[in-house]
Amino acid sequence: MRWAIALAAILHREALRFVGQRGRFVAALVRPLVWLFVFAAGFRAALGLSITPPYQTYITYEVYIVPGLCGMILLFNGMQSSLSLVYDREMGSMRLLLTAPLPRWWLLFSKLLAGTLVSILQCAAFLAIAALWGIRAPMLGYVMVIPALLLSGMMLGALGLMLSSVIKQLENFAGVMNFVIFPMFFLSSALYPLWKMAEASPRLRDLCMLNPFTHAVELIRFALYGQVNGMAALWVTLALGLFSVAALWGYDPARGVQNRKA
Amino acid sequence: MTRLALLLMTIALPVQAGEIWVTNEKDDTVSVIDVDTLEVVKTYPTGERPRGVTFSRDFSRLYICASDSDTVQVMDPNTGEILHDLPSGEDPEQFVLAPDDRHLFIANEDDAVTTVVDTQTRQVVAQINVGIEPEGMAVSPDGKIAITTSETTNMAHWIDTATNTLFANTLVDSRPRHAEFTADGTKLWVSSEIGGTITVFNVADQAEAGKVRFEITGVSADLVQPVGFKFNPEGTKAFVALGPSNHVAVVDMASLAVEKYILVGRRVWHMAFSPDNSKLFTTNGVSGDVTVIDVASEEAIKSIKVGRFPWGAAMRPTKSN
Repeated sequence: MRWAIALAAILHREALRFVGQRGRFVAALVRPLVWLFVFAAGFRAALGLSITPPYQTYITYEVYIVPGLCGMILLFNGMQSSLSLVYDREMGSMRLLLTAPLPRWWLLFSKLLAGTLVSILQCAAFLAIAALWGIRAPMLGYVMVIPALLLSGMMLGALGLMLSSVIKQLENFAGVMNFVIFPMFFLSSALYPLWKMAEASPRLRDLCMLNPFTHAVELIRFALYGQVNGMAALWVTLALGLFSVAALWGYDPARGVQNRKA
Repeated sequence: MTRLALLLMTIALPVQAGEIWVTNEKDDTVSVIDVDTLEVVKTYPTGERPRGVTFSRDFSRLYICASDSDTVQVMDPNTGEILHDLPSGEDPEQFVLAPDDRHLFIANEDDAVTTVVDTQTRQVVAQINVGIEPEGMAVSPDGKIAITTSETTNMAHWIDTATNTLFANTLVDSRPRHAEFTADGTKLWVSSEIGGTITVFNVADQAEAGKVRFEITGVSADLVQPVGFKFNPEGTKAFVALGPSNHVAVVDMASLAVEKYILVGRRVWHMAFSPDNSKLFTTNGVSGDVTVIDVASEEAIKSIKVGRFPWGAAMRPTKSN
């Protein structure tokens, strides 16, 4: 019962934040839309991209990039919540949260879940706009994509959590941008299919294959077209486990950042 | 009681199954696609460079233009066996079976003639001199008029089938490749590959009634080359293959305005409807596949690998169990 109260409270706080910061919602939506309408327009591939699964026929670049942009929303939100955790820590509200008489992993999990649910709402809004623009997936895909977004969002959130346990100051967030978000995003199948990467260099392709973000994007891509990519699901789950353990270790009062700060 | 029986019959009626037969120009084969599973179920060898393909009225015979074998082959579609060849004149590219289910009108690309062949006596009935490089062939629904389009002369030649003589020649845009009469026989559509247009004629006086023009965002105008096309059974929309622009245009037949462009495989040539007209199958020469378009939503749903350089397509309904 107390656990549920804690979860509800954290969800409520995140929801308040979501409603309160409408600017953040718009900003989070504008970013992928700019990519879709401006970046993708330049690479429109009006003559069609080669067929790669899960697509069964020729598609334009705009259709290809949509799942990757959903991944981008999750990635940026995961990092954003890590940023907000650093902020919370500096302001002291984190201390209050972490003193709740509940296991720390439950508190962090609640925080992760709350952040991911907000991301899924943003993805839904993005997919709706894409559908209005004419980029549509089968109905089943819109249902199947929800668990895919949840799993991927949790994984990227856990990554953010892990990073937030290491980052000491708010100002270091720029470093996160440079060293985490951009390489993760560009070294993935979000913007280009992996066979295209292999054309440039097979090693680049291998790097992309190691990137958990690639698997998150592929998981979303297949789910959006009503298919399950087991391999991607496995990789994303493994990465989620790894990042969660690392985050818990980072937040462990015995040796974590709290200790170092004190 | 009868009503109930009728109702039961409708329920018991099997879903109309069917096959799409596709000629592969480079492989010298025909690929057979099941319209329900959307998979290639059979491949049969043919003569050299098969292009135009059509079924007899009862679907018991498949006629294949084997261009480089200079013959029209007759295949038993149940066994894939070539039963016999028909005399066709040199380099037959496209042909059309007259409504009498007996006479084939064949365009002989190298000879500048149209050959009329009787499929029963297997004899050439007539050869009609037309323009240079004839290609597109059409016969009016009443069987009275045959059309040959000539690629180099840029004309549609109107043939009176009673006398097998030309009675009119009308200019169209550069390199006409395909011609079709509307189902009511009042209009003739002719596609011009280089001109990038479709010219619509009134059949009654052979006067031009309008032109369809195409423009695809992001695709160079010289790639927009209309070739094969088909009308929906309602006679409201035309689906036009636009060659190396990799798109099929959906044209409103009343206003001649393009409503939509559908992305398909590379260098789309010709197409065939499924028996229930819910799907359209386009042959994509360069990418070696057939794209399936859902007619209701006007969206491409799948591309199926066939042989090298698929060209012609014809539908045969089959009974499902």
